Amino acid sequence: MTTPDFRLIDSTLRDGSHAISHQYNPEEVVAIVKGLDHAGVQVIEIAHGDGLGGSSFNYGFSKVDEKELIAQACAATTNAKIACLLLPGIGLADDLRDVKELGVGMARIATHCTEADISEQHIKTSKSLGMETIGFMMMAHMNSPEGLVEEALKMQTYGADAIYFADSAGAMTTEDVRRRVNALVNALDIPVGVHAHNNLSMAVANSIAAYEEGATNLDGTSAGLGAGAGNCPTEILAAVSDKYGITTGVNVLALMDVAEEIVRPLMPRQQVIDRAGLILGYAGVYGSFLLHSQRAAERYNVSQAEILLELGRRKVVGGQEDMIIDVALDLAKKHAEAEKK
Amino acid sequence: MVKMLRSDVLDLVALVGIDPDSDGLARARKNGIQAPHTGPDWVLENASDIDMIFDATSAYVHVRHYKQYAAAGITAIDLTPAARGPKVIPPVNLYDHLDAPNVNLVTCGGQATTPMVYAIRRVIDELPYAEMISTVASKSAGPGTRQNIDEFTKTTSTALREIGGATKSKAIMVLNPAEPPIMMRNTVFAGIPEGADHAAILSSIHEMAAEVSKYVPGYRLKNEPVIEEGPFHTPGGVVPHRAVVLLEVEGAGDYLPEYAGNLDIMTAAAMRVGEAIAISRASREASA
Repeated sequence: MTTPDFRLIDSTLRDGSHAISHQYNPEEVVAIVKGLDHAGVQVIEIAHGDGLGGSSFNYGFSKVDEKELIAQACAATTNAKIACLLLPGIGLADDLRDVKELGVGMARIATHCTEADISEQHIKTSKSLGMETIGFMMMAHMNSPEGLVEEALKMQTYGADAIYFADSAGAMTTEDVRRRVNALVNALDIPVGVHAHNNLSMAVANSIAAYEEGATNLDGTSAGLGAGAGNCPTEILAAVSDKYGITTGVNVLALMDVAEEIVRPLMPRQQVIDRAGLILGYAGVYGSFLLHSQRAAERYNVSQAEILLELGRRKVVGGQEDMIIDVALDLAKKHAEAEKK
Repeated sequence: MVKMLRSDVLDLVALVGIDPDSDGLARARKNGIQAPHTGPDWVLENASDIDMIFDATSAYVHVRHYKQYAAAGITAIDLTPAARGPKVIPPVNLYDHLDAPNVNLVTCGGQATTPMVYAIRRVIDELPYAEMISTVASKSAGPGTRQNIDEFTKTTSTALREIGGATKSKAIMVLNPAEPPIMMRNTVFAGIPEGADHAAILSSIHEMAAEVSKYVPGYRLKNEPVIEEGPFHTPGGVVPHRAVVLLEVEGAGDYLPEYAGNLDIMTAAAMRVGEAIAISRASREASA
């Protein structure tokens, strides 16, 4: 077998968890891991959508304890490495110790794209446990290429094995991605990866552009299952890569089977770019706010689009889901006052 | 320092630093306050003149010196996360530890949210689960917090249980880099069991907000507290409702900018505790 040109990391069981409100059960986890592993995916990420320890009022409670699901995933895989994501401030270094015991081989430590220095404790812990460790910068459209380089260099200093940036709001054009990947590849000594979202229908194109600029790790989720309008769909990324003559090392047809036969049947809604999804990308709002803002809009009888636009204006970052309620209450108050007049 | 100069109860002996060129020390000197830069050593050398120290160094420095302060008869109000003494949240347990040689002020987020968890707990039989999210402006989070964010979340979470009265708890911290910097925001979610008196919960929250704002003037309910319908599958069991308390803390702007409400609530709580200890001691000495 030829060496793949990039490494595919599938996050159906982590980012995909947002789209099903963190309701995975062990049977679904085992079926997805076996399917992806069989298709040749090298890394499978699993955790609550907001990373280890994310189960909460603020982000939604997991139906089944993520550590039980992680243990099932580790037992079900033959070749694929199992990865976890952790956001400092939400998950703890102790969580990394726990998942290492369960058989996890990679930890991605995620921070907002200007706050890399809160990852030091967790990157060092992960490295000392012997896990492959990736520094993961979220909402990367909110920082310049130069700014991202500065943050990435910190993570490199802490010992990260690779650096990712995530277009968490699905807000980037291909040019935005190219400039950032190019700057990182030139400045870092370690590999670069990109995690794309599809709110502007750019996820696959942006991932290919990232590869062309030198990114050697790319993220996808089966059927695009994920926050906002969804992620870069793993099976489409693999198919398009084939068309470009880029070697992925995965079986495209087997990935299509996973998407069609295992993942689509468990999706409460298909990943389409509806108005709310498009607004996320257009206003640059964190993708996992989608379902939370929908619930708040229904609860307080206000417009979801207005909530998302106001969150964009307030420059909220990933993790501030509580501000959705704050904005919904402000809007409800404003409407009530307008009616009085 | 600015708060202390306003106090009728405490006399500021010195502002002690470690950097001779520090801006804060220079300001102290301008105000006629002595401002040595030799750190804890200076405090111990001058122990006979000092009854109380407000320690805002770091957990590491506090742990190295707290026994010496106690041996020298200096009461330590610990603003670091060292947590060597009992935790104090003024509106909940201010008067429980007036004789302790060392009291700890938890974290800024703990000072902002534990009173609300307690306010809910005191009007219901059981509070199975409480959660707080603290969002602070990136500019107001120093390197100590950034290098050990787990310490913040763990210490805060413990306070929600031990002092707030929740059975289970979780604390989350988020940094927001927006310019101009955002005010400190804290949100409390509490799982409300079947049969709870919702009106009593809401009025208890309002009373507590008034209580805290007596010593932290910038502390306020950003929106009316609400009780939302579930069910919610919390780690403490399934509950039919949750209370949501949205708080904002604006700093007094004494020395630090207004967005640094996280730092201001700590210094305000420290003053409240320090004054209470001083008053209690004075009245005991007077009656002895």
